[in-house]
Amino acid sequence: MTDLLYSEVEEDLRASVRGLLADRSDPATVLARVETDQPYDLDLWRTLATDLGVAGLHVPEELGGQGASTRETAVVLEELGRAVAPVPFLGSAVLATSALLGCDTAAAEVAALASGERRGALAVPLSAAPSAPFPDTVRVDAEGRLSGRVGTVADAAVAELLVVPAAGPDGPELRAVDMPSDGVTVSGIVGLDLTRGIADVTFDGAASRRLAGPDVAGTALTNALITAAGLLASEQLGVAQWCLDTTVAYVKERHQFGRPVGSFQALKHRLADLWLDLVGARAAARYAADALATSSVDVPVAVAVAASHCSSVAVKAAEECIQLHGGIGMTWEHPAHLFLKRAKSTESALGTPGRHRAALATLVDLPAPVA
Amino acid sequence: MSTATTTTQVDAEDLRRRVRDLLAEHDPKTTDRLEFLRARFDAGLAWVHYPVGLGGLDAPRALQAVVDAELEAAGAPDNDPRRIGIGLGMAAPTILRFGTPEQHQRFLRPLWTGEEVWCQLFSEPGAGSDLAAAATRAVRDGDEWVVTGQKVWTSTAHTARWGILLARTDPDVPKHRGLSYFVCDMTAPGVEVRPLRQITGEAEFNEVFLSEVRLPDTLRLGEVGEGWKVAQTTLMNERVAIGGNAIPREGGMVGVVAQTWRERPELRTPELHQRLLRLWVEAEVMRLAGERLRQQLAAGHPGPEGSAMKLAFARLNQAISGLEVELLGEEGLRYDDWTMRRPEIVDFLGRNAGYRYLRAKGNSIEGGTSEILRNIIAERVLGLPAEPRVDKDVPWKDLPR
Repeated sequence: MTDLLYSEVEEDLRASVRGLLADRSDPATVLARVETDQPYDLDLWRTLATDLGVAGLHVPEELGGQGASTRETAVVLEELGRAVAPVPFLGSAVLATSALLGCDTAAAEVAALASGERRGALAVPLSAAPSAPFPDTVRVDAEGRLSGRVGTVADAAVAELLVVPAAGPDGPELRAVDMPSDGVTVSGIVGLDLTRGIADVTFDGAASRRLAGPDVAGTALTNALITAAGLLASEQLGVAQWCLDTTVAYVKERHQFGRPVGSFQALKHRLADLWLDLVGARAAARYAADALATSSVDVPVAVAVAASHCSSVAVKAAEECIQLHGGIGMTWEHPAHLFLKRAKSTESALGTPGRHRAALATLVDLPAPVA
Repeated sequence: MSTATTTTQVDAEDLRRRVRDLLAEHDPKTTDRLEFLRARFDAGLAWVHYPVGLGGLDAPRALQAVVDAELEAAGAPDNDPRRIGIGLGMAAPTILRFGTPEQHQRFLRPLWTGEEVWCQLFSEPGAGSDLAAAATRAVRDGDEWVVTGQKVWTSTAHTARWGILLARTDPDVPKHRGLSYFVCDMTAPGVEVRPLRQITGEAEFNEVFLSEVRLPDTLRLGEVGEGWKVAQTTLMNERVAIGGNAIPREGGMVGVVAQTWRERPELRTPELHQRLLRLWVEAEVMRLAGERLRQQLAAGHPGPEGSAMKLAFARLNQAISGLEVELLGEEGLRYDDWTMRRPEIVDFLGRNAGYRYLRAKGNSIEGGTSEILRNIIAERVLGLPAEPRVDKDVPWKDLPR
């Protein structure tokens, strides 16, 4: 059976990332940043990517990475979720890097992203599910020029390399565009999630180079989306963990009716149920991260289970966090809303819980009724 | 466990040698079952982590699997552990920890071989979740105790030779301090066992009426007034016993429904499909959580997830068995048989959908209600404050009832 625990190395990695984030990106700092003209903390990103080397954890050493696995990447995501850190980790280190790892001719790009030398983004809507058909909103002509539009691309605003799924003359391709580039417009969107930027990307005859042709582009994109959906579960676990920890601490302090409100069974039982949800979420997220790390045949099931469960648990945890904080939870001043916005947005990211369950229906042979 | 009585640590190879010796001297093919089980106990191969002389070898508990595998391969009989679960899982660890050497010698061997079945006399009509409020009285009379009261939810009471009994020996002190723990002779005059029929129609459990039952003081376990402390050992072992084993995907109640779904396409509806998929995910998630808990225990880091597993198991079983009745439609309206009977072994997945649905209702009540488990998680895991108590410093006799 799969190892569902954290190794010593993984715990050390967690401690380094947590220490850095506590120092540089506590919730008050993040809240202060989100309404400035620099919503991303790119200094923090440089420290994470180049000093700690976390951008290339699941990239093989011969390709310029750390030669660890998605298990370690997942631990980093837990911590980034726990801090809703405004860094382009999901877009660059997870989505773009995973897509590039599936391409034949992308060694230089992989190395640049893995070392933190450049930031990347995968030009798909953040809501794209692994089971969705290959996108056709961007076309590439015989000269390699791209035209078309992709909405809500995660971390595109700070990307120096766009990995673009495009419909070519012979079928699907993955194309690379170095940013900034003539013929590419990246328009930041006011998003529901304040701590992860999304942007609409428009191509109007932009030059590009081929990373993968029709024989591998489809698989590379699907695998990237499956990997990202499976790893996002760990970020969601981190979001949920902050919400639970913060709420438990608050109800111990907050007094009404002459007692800590956390001594009322009505609240204790809700928090016990939430804790139980997190016990499950941790097991599911670990299982998915490990399945991805070992290229298990069970990856599709593991990812669908983790993605559907952890999405819902994160939303529930954030909603309970707001409610059990009472009035203060509804204020802009308290950071709980950052976590609610992240949780609710990631519920729709890389496939909704319902889409992942629909995928499971096929994977585990529980077919829908015939209409 | 102390290793003072052994000079060398027992290892797997050593155990295999001891099993071979046992099999050589007592060929299971020609030896009477009980005789074999007694010989196995005397060889220290019953529960290897128990002390030498009491069915064990002071060996690491994990090595029991080596012995069991060797004996199973040799076709040796076992002690039918499902039939004597209360003795093995609850009475034995308590007797071992709090019993006198005489009590160890008298009780453990026939308990393990199954010659003597045990039952648990804890819950009462007026003391369920609040077990420490137990009202069954034990009054000292010379070298004896005279016990009067009513116990309930006692499985195997009708086959049991002995019961582990919690009784009030001092009503004038607060409830946790006035209890003592006894071994009850189920054959003594004044012990009456009546089947307790459940909503399934069966009687898995009994009511036990104790009317001036005289028990010698030599049947007391632990000090007078320390019954609550002794009972904690019993209850801790109960929680370890529940929800402990590895299961494959779809290994529980969800597997039954998934199979029906696959075999009976005519029953499928879109709404049931959505619910089934949600429950399938939940069941798989809790299976993984159980596996993770086992890995933590194996790594020597017992996590607090144990108390969570039973809570999740109850919720899931109830939701899935409820869905199954709906899925079956017309067939779900039928029930196999309401005739009162006393099953030897209880199978939550057995009989029919209606039985499974009804029996699952007990999962959130037996062995600690889901509400009590939530309190335990909230207070011991999350560190939330207890509700203010009105019963802790009041003599038991003055508590409202």
